[in-house]
Amino acid sequence: MQKFERHQGLVAPLDRANVDTDLIIPKQFLKSIKRTGFGVNLFDELRYLDEGYPGQDVSKRPLNPGFVLNQDRYQGASILLARRNFGCGSSREHAPWALADFGFRVVIAPSFADIFYNNSFKNGILLITLDEETVDRLFKAVEANEGYSLDIDLEHQRIVTPEGELIEFSVDGFRKHCLLEGLDDIGLTLQDEPAIRSFEQRHREARPWLFRQAP
Amino acid sequence: MAGQTLYDKLWSQHLVKERDDGTALIYIDRQLLHEVTSPQAFEGLRLAGRKPWRLDANLATPDHNVPTTLAERAEGNTGIKDPVSLIQVQTLDDNCEAFGIEEFRINDARQGIVHVVGPEQGATLPGMTVVCGDSHTATHGAFAALSHGIGTSEVEHVLATQCLLAQKMKNMQVRVEGKLGTGVTAKDIVLAVIGRIGTAGGTGYAIEFAGSAIRELSMEGRMTVCNMAIEAGARVGLIGVDDTTIEYLRNRPFAPSGEQWDAAVANWRNLVSDDDAVFDKVVEIDASEIEPQVSWGTSPEMVTGISGEVPDPAEAPDETVQRSYVRALEYMGLAPKQRITDIRLDKVFIGSCTNGRIEDLREAAKVAKGKKVADSIKLAMVVPGSGLVKRQAEAEGLDKLFLEAGFEWREPGCSMCLAMNADKLEPGEHCASTSNRNFEGRQGYGGRTHLVSPAMAAAAAIAGHFVDVRQFADVAPVQEA
Repeated sequence: MQKFERHQGLVAPLDRANVDTDLIIPKQFLKSIKRTGFGVNLFDELRYLDEGYPGQDVSKRPLNPGFVLNQDRYQGASILLARRNFGCGSSREHAPWALADFGFRVVIAPSFADIFYNNSFKNGILLITLDEETVDRLFKAVEANEGYSLDIDLEHQRIVTPEGELIEFSVDGFRKHCLLEGLDDIGLTLQDEPAIRSFEQRHREARPWLFRQAP
Repeated sequence: MAGQTLYDKLWSQHLVKERDDGTALIYIDRQLLHEVTSPQAFEGLRLAGRKPWRLDANLATPDHNVPTTLAERAEGNTGIKDPVSLIQVQTLDDNCEAFGIEEFRINDARQGIVHVVGPEQGATLPGMTVVCGDSHTATHGAFAALSHGIGTSEVEHVLATQCLLAQKMKNMQVRVEGKLGTGVTAKDIVLAVIGRIGTAGGTGYAIEFAGSAIRELSMEGRMTVCNMAIEAGARVGLIGVDDTTIEYLRNRPFAPSGEQWDAAVANWRNLVSDDDAVFDKVVEIDASEIEPQVSWGTSPEMVTGISGEVPDPAEAPDETVQRSYVRALEYMGLAPKQRITDIRLDKVFIGSCTNGRIEDLREAAKVAKGKKVADSIKLAMVVPGSGLVKRQAEAEGLDKLFLEAGFEWREPGCSMCLAMNADKLEPGEHCASTSNRNFEGRQGYGGRTHLVSPAMAAAAAIAGHFVDVRQFADVAPVQEA
């Protein structure tokens, strides 16, 4: 996984609550058996005016000029500012894959759905939860100032605004550690193999019916 | 010390290790796999040179991409016309074969939607931890199994380590007391709960559904309720074990038998919250006040009773909600204060992991019996949740009853719940659907989904618009325009 230490980037505002993972990446693109290539279809139904399908030449598709990521001032954005309950619905990891593939490293919102939260950190995307008031203030600042960018410092858990304001955020220790070091979860867990084996042995003795072979 | 909740018990029974920061490794007893969220996980194992930790913990079946017409299914995988879908289903077959994982392939009678197949096989048991790369894994909580919907990286993690990295959630109890009215079902309970607490109301919680109305439900009904816990934001939905749970599991293929059955049952009886358990949050709902529900918007929380109307955005509680309402009404093509019974429909879908079980089909069939689908309905389809559900329904003659009424009778799969196969809505079409999500584009680009119970969907198919299934006999069908 890509390490995340400090990131400065342009902010794009997506002013909409309850953005679900179907909206982030529609189902027809879930047929891929790869982890990459989803970026061109990120927010497909908002971004294009026609219906998308896998394998299409997206350069020929009509863009929705009203959609924020199509506007000149937000080209190259790597920080997404969003509203409450971002990432709800389906567990598809294709959602963070699409966000990362498009170039987003950070999403800031008042709240995130649980499964999406887990999936994002496993793909090197930092999700920052801030209170509604602060998020609202950031929306206003982004809309008022072209080229508005934020400096995200994971180590010290703070955001530095262009005005020099410091906004602190919290993130749990384990996820922070994995992001900072770019660690692979599976490798880490396998260091606990003896503990898993001994648990499994006790569990099997206590509840043998959970270990039946398929009929 | 206060007693334990069911969730607390299941958590501590599977806790392998807890780190200082609260991150824990929990042992996983069962992983269900399907074709959409597993290929990258198997690929990851291969790239790292890893093997599955415990093969017999896994069970796979293709469901999302499979076609549902008999003609296509007769040809097996080669009947899948979409080449990208075909690759995905073929990849699941290849991976299961290469790694030695039990799979019910496309035309196995036991194939179906993973969340229908697991329980009907007894592959989901009380006291288990169950995971699947699918958010509707919450379904299995109906059996007092701690079940998590997970992402593909986690699917790979569980394959490789038999463990899930997790943090303990908070406990919420949703208590539904009293008696449901005639024609009001498990689907209406859960839609009413989501309408009350919102799609983020359960975020960070494991929700246990309790109360007399929940105890009265069959296992099918309980699965419907737990299935949609995720639509309230909760990864985990749970219901304690009772006789209904145990009787459902007796003699299922993967369930224990003989002495082991007796030992298991004695153990399962403890899988309930203690009387003095403390929940972080309790929500109480009076079952007798629940009407048949219909969703009007693009989020499952945008739901109301059949006697209700579409809300007026001007009356929304705050600006963010107001914008969501305006956007939802525009997308759905509905007007503020429009009566729910005035919503005309184009298609009807009965099926999915929420409502594709035998009891759901019986409820719909009861309404459709001897009647005809309205001429204005372009397609009304019934898609059984599994091959075994289909077989049972046919043994009861439900297929004939549906066909005579003008419904299509299909082969099992996820179908139009998420429209990854050919079953989908066209732009602007309104659909009465027994599925679980009414998100924009969910059932097809520009499609407009209304979530309802199977009985309400069947009644809507006959009438051509939403009707109160409780007074259905009195409602005349709409004339074709």
